[in-house]
Amino acid sequence: MREVAVIGIGVTKFGELWDKSYRELAIEAGLLAMKDAKISSEDIDAMYLGNMSAGRLVEQEHVGALAADYAGLVTRNVPSTRIEAADASGGLAFRHGYLAVASGMHDIVVVGGAEKMTDANDMQVVETLASSSDVEWEAFFGGTLPALFAMMARRHMHEYGTTKAQLASVAVKNHKHGMKNPNAQFRNEIKVDAVVKATMVADPLGLFDCSPLSDGAAAVILCPLDKAKKYTDKPVKVIGSGQASDMLALHDRKSLTSISSTVAAAKRAFEQAKKKPSDIDVAELHDSYTIAEIISIEDLGFSKPGEAAKGVENGEFSLGGRLPINTSGGLKARGHPLGATGVAQVVEIVHQLRGTAGERQVKDAKVGLTHNLGGTGGTAVVHIFERA
Amino acid sequence: MTVGIVSYGAYIPRYRIETKEIASVWGVDGNAMASNLGVYSKSVPGPDEDVITISVEAARNAMKRCKINPKDIGAVYVGSESHPYAVKPTATFVAECIGATPYLTAADYEFACKAGTAAIQTCMGLVGAGMMKYAMAVGSDTSQGAPGDALEYSASAGGAAYIIGTENLIAKINKTVSYTTDTPDFWRREGQHYPSHGGRFTGQPAYFKTVTSCAKKLLEVMGTKPEDYKYAVFHTPNAKFPVRAGKMLGFTDEQMKQGLIVQHIGNTYSGAVPLGLASILDVAKPGDRIFAVAYGSGAGSDGFDITVTEGIEKLDRNAAPSIKSMVENKVLVNYAIYAKYRGKIMMSE
Repeated sequence: MREVAVIGIGVTKFGELWDKSYRELAIEAGLLAMKDAKISSEDIDAMYLGNMSAGRLVEQEHVGALAADYAGLVTRNVPSTRIEAADASGGLAFRHGYLAVASGMHDIVVVGGAEKMTDANDMQVVETLASSSDVEWEAFFGGTLPALFAMMARRHMHEYGTTKAQLASVAVKNHKHGMKNPNAQFRNEIKVDAVVKATMVADPLGLFDCSPLSDGAAAVILCPLDKAKKYTDKPVKVIGSGQASDMLALHDRKSLTSISSTVAAAKRAFEQAKKKPSDIDVAELHDSYTIAEIISIEDLGFSKPGEAAKGVENGEFSLGGRLPINTSGGLKARGHPLGATGVAQVVEIVHQLRGTAGERQVKDAKVGLTHNLGGTGGTAVVHIFERA
Repeated sequence: MTVGIVSYGAYIPRYRIETKEIASVWGVDGNAMASNLGVYSKSVPGPDEDVITISVEAARNAMKRCKINPKDIGAVYVGSESHPYAVKPTATFVAECIGATPYLTAADYEFACKAGTAAIQTCMGLVGAGMMKYAMAVGSDTSQGAPGDALEYSASAGGAAYIIGTENLIAKINKTVSYTTDTPDFWRREGQHYPSHGGRFTGQPAYFKTVTSCAKKLLEVMGTKPEDYKYAVFHTPNAKFPVRAGKMLGFTDEQMKQGLIVQHIGNTYSGAVPLGLASILDVAKPGDRIFAVAYGSGAGSDGFDITVTEGIEKLDRNAAPSIKSMVENKVLVNYAIYAKYRGKIMMSE
């Protein structure tokens, strides 16, 4: 296997982008990444696109070909593959791009992630999100995504005494970080009290415990590490890639307070990278709901089980803390355009390792990690990056 | 040719239901809903009230205040999205009830919440061209909100009538401009009981873009600034949107206060800006300048630059109830009575 580097990154603004279509978003992010890597479409050998639900949300399937077409890649018949793993689609597309370059099959690969959520009505979106669960056993019986995460939160509270205010501190932290990210959907500060008192969605999760509906796209360019210097002074190495699956339905799992796919994917990525959790300087985690970030911090080994909530509350994972998590604002504040999220996480970590994260820069960050979940964790994808 | 308002009249049904009462039925935090919308109660048409009766009341109130011969009214247009008949005009009822028949033209208008102001513009054209002495425009609605839908908290009933002419003016309409695009934020198809809407799409890309674009154009054409006006009124889907739109343009709470009645009576749709403007005319003095922008989903805005004349002093404003008195004259009903009055209960044929 060859070593692989990220040589270009691009991300659109996330939010309610009423005047931009799915294809416009995908192309905008791709062009930004190509510009960043100083390459043209002539240089691209393959494309991977993370997308969860264009078929449901904009009634367009076959978005791999669509993106290749509008990116001008079809004149050379460049292969383009759409990857779907619920809201882990972006992280998984990145892994496939990585594998394609590492294997020697392709040299220059563009990995995109794009989702357009605001053209659908609210019920369509709720049903689409719920389709990432085990539909016959969960969604059909009212197990929407917030309801399933609410059950995990309840159990976490029961086992470890986690409080609603501690869950809220995840949203408060990520909003604070999002204020420093010009592309974030929400750039306003919120207070613990407001999160706790917000409209109830699924007890104990209120409106501000949930990531928003967003439009947005992100893209990165990958190439073999030994060719990376041709394109950039600051390549970022991919040193670990782990993917794992878990039971799709919550009731089949051994635990509600740990997601075994995250644990397994992290183990694989850390082993490949020859790193341990304490080596990580900055991380982007999948905070689709506040409880998801708490559980993921524990599953990734950044805290002992039952201690993450206290850690967030104490500022351990804030900018300036021992391990800043979700400096981009995370899914909560940057926004969560499903298939784009996993790629946007990579964009943030590359910014951090290049030292170009602006106001939210983690000082001297050398090693970073991304963690992307599909639904309640049927799929987990973990990547570890290092400054080359 | 100077065109303007000769008289005006309004009508708001007496019944009210409070936002928190509706919220309690649907398991929603009523205080939070009321403060989010800025709407604390809404008017409810009684069992014998509809757009025809509301329009007739408003038209009669307009006639009571002035001394014009109804036979001089050459046109009656009624704008609404809740005309009682799909085929058969509301406007003919109104024309009969004020004694303007038979030598006149009449028709019904529909443009979501701005059909009433579109009717005013048509009347301006007719009297301005000298085709008739007076013309009447009515904006009136008994708007629909599906049970449990966000609209149910605001969709209410009321209307106002304007007699437009070129003489005996109480206010000159210095200019009107419109801004219209095909922006499907809210719609109701033939045969549907309740409208559909695009959720958050109805805000920034629809209401705010359309209202502020129309308002900016009007200011530009007139060469005026917000501070040149004593009063301002914007369409009121709730109490928050008009105030935010006004602030975006540079208007102040003080300028908007008199025209803002939505907190107490809800969104009267085609009646909204006509009623807000009526509230201003109730207290206006000669020389007062008024900035009014209506909004209709679909979407369009009609903007008006109006100057009150000396004629307002001659109008017998007390001959018909003021907006304030109609807002204050209320009977609270609970959800069950509201459901009965609004025909939400299935009855035997």
